Amino acid sequence: MRTARHSTAALLAGALLGDPLPARAQEAVYSQVERGRYALITGNCQGCHTAPGEAPFAGGRGLETPFGTIYTPNITFEPETGLGRWSRDDFWRAMHEGIAPDGSRLYPAFPYPHFSKMPRDEVDALYDYLATLPRVKKEKPDNELPWPLSWRFTLAAWRWLFFEPEPFVPNPQKSEAWNRGAYLVEGPAHCAGCHTEKNFAGADKPDRHLMGGQLEDWAAPDIRGGRNGGLADWSEDDIVEFLKTGRNVHTAAFSIMSEVIEFSTQHMVEADLRAIAVYLKDLEGEERRAPAEPDEAVMQAGAAIYFDNCSACHVSDGAGVPRFFAPLAGSGKVNNEDATTVIRVILEGARAVPTHVRPSPLTMPAFGWKLDDEQIAAVATYVRASWGNRGGAVSASEVADLRERLGEGLGPDR
Amino acid sequence: MARKLPPVDVVLVGFGWTGAIMAQELTEEGLEVLAIERGPWRDTPSHFPTTAAQDEIRWYWRKEMFQSASRETLTFRNNRSQTALPMRRWGSFLPGEGVGGGGVHWNGQTWRFLPSDFLAASHNTARYGPMRPGMTVQDYGVTYEELEAHYDRFEKLCGIGGTAGNLKGEIHEGGNPFEGARSAEYPNPPMHMTFAQNRFEAAARELGLKPFPGPSANMTRPYVNPLGCQLAPCTYCGFCEKYGCGNYSKASPQTAILPVLMRKPNFSLKVHNEVLVVKLDSTGARATGVIHVDQNGEEYEQPADLVILCAYQLSNTRLMMLSGIGEIYNPATGEGLVGKNYCYQVMSGADVFFDDKYTNEFVGAGALGMCVDEYNGDNFDHSGLGFIGGGYISCWTTHSRPIERQRTPEGTPEWGSAWKKAVAENFLKSSNVGAHGASMAYATNYLDLDPTYTDIYGRPLMRMTFDFTPNDRAMSAFLTERVREIAGRMGAREIKLSPREGPYDSMPYQTTHNTGGTIMGTNPRNSVVNRYLQSWEVSNLFVMGAGVFPQNAGYNPTGTVAALAYWSADAIRNRYLRSPGPLVQA
Repeated sequence: MRTARHSTAALLAGALLGDPLPARAQEAVYSQVERGRYALITGNCQGCHTAPGEAPFAGGRGLETPFGTIYTPNITFEPETGLGRWSRDDFWRAMHEGIAPDGSRLYPAFPYPHFSKMPRDEVDALYDYLATLPRVKKEKPDNELPWPLSWRFTLAAWRWLFFEPEPFVPNPQKSEAWNRGAYLVEGPAHCAGCHTEKNFAGADKPDRHLMGGQLEDWAAPDIRGGRNGGLADWSEDDIVEFLKTGRNVHTAAFSIMSEVIEFSTQHMVEADLRAIAVYLKDLEGEERRAPAEPDEAVMQAGAAIYFDNCSACHVSDGAGVPRFFAPLAGSGKVNNEDATTVIRVILEGARAVPTHVRPSPLTMPAFGWKLDDEQIAAVATYVRASWGNRGGAVSASEVADLRERLGEGLGPDR
Repeated sequence: MARKLPPVDVVLVGFGWTGAIMAQELTEEGLEVLAIERGPWRDTPSHFPTTAAQDEIRWYWRKEMFQSASRETLTFRNNRSQTALPMRRWGSFLPGEGVGGGGVHWNGQTWRFLPSDFLAASHNTARYGPMRPGMTVQDYGVTYEELEAHYDRFEKLCGIGGTAGNLKGEIHEGGNPFEGARSAEYPNPPMHMTFAQNRFEAAARELGLKPFPGPSANMTRPYVNPLGCQLAPCTYCGFCEKYGCGNYSKASPQTAILPVLMRKPNFSLKVHNEVLVVKLDSTGARATGVIHVDQNGEEYEQPADLVILCAYQLSNTRLMMLSGIGEIYNPATGEGLVGKNYCYQVMSGADVFFDDKYTNEFVGAGALGMCVDEYNGDNFDHSGLGFIGGGYISCWTTHSRPIERQRTPEGTPEWGSAWKKAVAENFLKSSNVGAHGASMAYATNYLDLDPTYTDIYGRPLMRMTFDFTPNDRAMSAFLTERVREIAGRMGAREIKLSPREGPYDSMPYQTTHNTGGTIMGTNPRNSVVNRYLQSWEVSNLFVMGAGVFPQNAGYNPTGTVAALAYWSADAIRNRYLRSPGPLVQA
């Protein structure tokens, strides 16, 4: 509350000192800036444009892509290193078309294909809000991309193949909430950035929309609803609670989703969270084939490891302690065809995001130092094939590969 | 020369339960609060995750959980005719160190003192006549009724599980009928009892006693406290006391306060910094801040408007002495107050051995137990008994940690194959009934500074002069007989009594319930701090902790320590800040 009050006061001061306008116009400026502040929240700009532990919005965070590391720029209005010299039109063009003021193309790690759905006045408001943020001088590190990707000219081809600026068009057949949800999900909130599988060029596969994706060695789950989607068993209330508090009866948020909740969704108004829920619940999912039955000996070993190491929190029947320790039975993460997240959480542990409503950073410890690849594969297989779960077996080599990629010296032998 | 730092509103010395409570309360008031802790940062997943929490060798036997005795300890002797020697290895008690303090490694037995405990001098004198010679028992200066709302706050913060015995003056079956009237039921139900508690309960009922579940800070169900912090259900793993809880199941500063406090912009914490002295102005009546030292030996002066000592009882008392605040108690003359009325507690009990019944005490928890309170405080007539005070009698199943727990029947050799056989035979089939006895203040038991030994900074160590007193011995003998009566009716093959005999021995573990040294009271002639825990001499200095107990009651102290911290914080928030100065006119 304190922080909120401070920032409002700072905004007012900025608006008053910056432009000597008549009283009515000042009010207009304030509401415009406030609209921009909210747009920034819906887009989670802070998540990518802040390096861990450094000044917010000053950029410099490295985004790991299959092609190399892309560093985010400084979006404060510092004139040398930030957006200080950008006009409203420059900003609109970057957001809507993915083109920088100098005419160069932006890497689509900046999700302008989504932001192109935002209307001009919303983008202008965002510009006005960014202008009020403390200006930080900070150069953007050079991207670490191999040629020819380091050559921005290739981006022209990418844009030609995969991108057409498209304003959001409401569907008159659907409710107002559905349309608002669709705008947020497909527009500023850019959920598909993580939750949709990418093609060879890093663009969304249109037929895999929101069916789950993989990035930075995390598997983002399927977030479609209907009868078969990853959120089929979630109610609208469950979705709202998850986005507001970081946990619900099904799961808890960690890793990249924890940033989305910390900087974005927990600050959104409940009507918007409900709109997102309405939209996602309406997206039918794809029916999945049952995986092969896992090896009986592996299941036995996995059960023994589970009872010794996991059952104190996740409970012997996988029910967990809802909102405290994630249930494993029926979990979207556990049932994901892609086992990356399950393996990674066992290796490294995971921290449930602390939020205003649920401030406790409940954390699962790392087991990478305690269990070897075969043991982790066995317990992951057991968890993915028990209590109605149908995630499929995990092999020791999958664990070994991920352990190596994470490269933190987690293994007992290292 | 200490480097001078920018001032803060409040500096807290030590960051365990009372530090966290004070920080939470005073930051709510908008004050800039800094806590200085000499130990490390500690949090559940990094320092005692489930993968490492139950390491008996590391935490208990190698004492990694506790204050480092190689840097600072205390010296001990039984009486003034002896020369005190340093305790180089903790034994009888285990002071905490690091963020969370003893609140990380406590059992979670969370009691309220009896209304008469706060009036130990006036109540007992009125009923039984003058105290024994040498006794220096006195009233707290605060009453149970005044603390009730603050006890209630702490119980809700911690999610205490229990059964009320006296709800707003109405006695309720199943709870402790002797407790002071409480305004609300416990926030959680009691623990699940095991075989041994069921036998204890039946035996107590046969004797006409009223057994009730011990109040527990081990969670009996998932709990969200009033700050929004989440505490998870206890798994009964039996690693509470002497260990951190990896399951978020034991109330501690880490689980109950820090998730909210650490996010506040007006709170900051410095770890690995030790406060050397409270700095006073030239009048000696006002604290200007503290001097502290970091791990590199660099000294800093931290100015503050308000200084609050929140370290362990022994450390608070010593810091008062090293800062020259008040006169150190001298038993030869009876002059001086700092260090006076050091008290402990008197534990005794009986091991209970069954032939064919499994107690399975590896299913345990720090505050899993049934208790009776008939023989505590002034719940019974002491006429002709020759002592005042008492203790609760209980059957706790706290653990069966294999290195620490080897119960053997009477007559078993101390080592060798016969000993091993007896340990193995009885490991799953034994339990214990204990008496948790009070300790009344005597002029001969006290704390002062050691003339010989120093800490790593060259400052004198605290010297403890303590032995069990005539009151302690008479009380403990009486309680041990009551233990025998109950334990003998539990259907066991045999029991083995451990009465408290001989002089106090500082080595075997007894309890970390050290009290006194900075006692509270009704006027500056009988106490170091007033009823609000405010120093009589230095009105912008407050002292928390069990050091303020004028004598110790027959209960675990944390509930009362916390209630007093909330009571003091309330006085600071609602009275002191409006008009800084003495809250009680001398």
